[in-house]
Amino acid sequence: MSDWKLLNTSTASGASSVEFTDLTGYKIFKFAFVDVNPATDTVLFEFNASTDGGSNYNVTKTTTFFYAYHWESDAHSGLGYITGSDIAQGTGYQTLMRDVANDADACGTGELYLFNPASTTYVKHFYSRTSTYETRDSIEDSHIAGYLNTTSAVNAIDFKMSSGNLDAVIKAYGLVAT
Amino acid sequence: MSGKLTLISSATASGSASVEFTSGLDSTYDEYVFYFVDINPATDSESLQFQVNASGQTGYNETITSTYFAANANEAGTDANIAYVTARDQAQGTAYQWLTSTQGSGADECSAGELHLFSPSSTSKVKHFYSRMNHYHASDYSADSFCAGYINNAASAITEISFKMSSGNFDGSIHFFGVS
Repeated sequence: MSDWKLLNTSTASGASSVEFTDLTGYKIFKFAFVDVNPATDTVLFEFNASTDGGSNYNVTKTTTFFYAYHWESDAHSGLGYITGSDIAQGTGYQTLMRDVANDADACGTGELYLFNPASTTYVKHFYSRTSTYETRDSIEDSHIAGYLNTTSAVNAIDFKMSSGNLDAVIKAYGLVAT
Repeated sequence: MSGKLTLISSATASGSASVEFTSGLDSTYDEYVFYFVDINPATDSESLQFQVNASGQTGYNETITSTYFAANANEAGTDANIAYVTARDQAQGTAYQWLTSTQGSGADECSAGELHLFSPSSTSKVKHFYSRMNHYHASDYSADSFCAGYINNAASAITEISFKMSSGNFDGSIHFFGVS
């Protein structure tokens, strides 16, 4: 077996968060986000990790965030780094999608890769690319990366909106069995 | 992710000068991907690099034209940016191509990411590649690095690939897949 192994599919319907609490057995994990639609307008889709099985999501991380954007009106477009969406040794949730619209037809999608969370030697790298229908009727193509700055095994991950509930399908995959 | 992955081989580096894949890079697949896990250099401030060898030739020294840009942020929270890095690209060069910038060699510091290589067996087209790596920079930055380019040898198939640090040995694992 060598292809990506589907480990879990979580279908959130008005859920406050989506957790995956078994990050063992593979060197590389991928989380695919499908149709992330918040209940509340203009909120962030974000994640954090845990070293205690999900009791606390507060792993220290240093991260980067840059994006390309374009409004439906064609009034604005560009590429830039967003200092307000990165983290410097903070323990808060990392933004993966900014200002997601809650219109009935609006949503965000994307992927997050996480490398060797079970390591007790190294920091844990991750990177993500997401595409967001943003509140101002614009597309945001966001690139997020960083490392979970811990040598403890990371064994759970949590996805949620910055406020309110969400609908979404989130799939967890594993690659390279350990 | 593209299509279905098939593992061709895995290599574990432990104080290794290089990791080379000298078989499996052929016409079986139109796309190949290499995943890098916990690449830790023995020497501080060195970079992960790759080069390839064409069929019937010797040495990892094919001509490359490439781009490299990165988003960087330091742990102190005093510097964050995205920038093109001219020192990491090549213009018809034959050197090893940078996949990361200066990595830290601390006991917990490493890099991870992926490199895609397309149609290496073509004997009529250049061979494109792109990568994304995140690494722990020697100056305590997180660096999200994007490299892309082409191996400017249309006539010869690429059959071998080599990974190494810019200087010194390294630990880590590299996983080689075909994409169908």
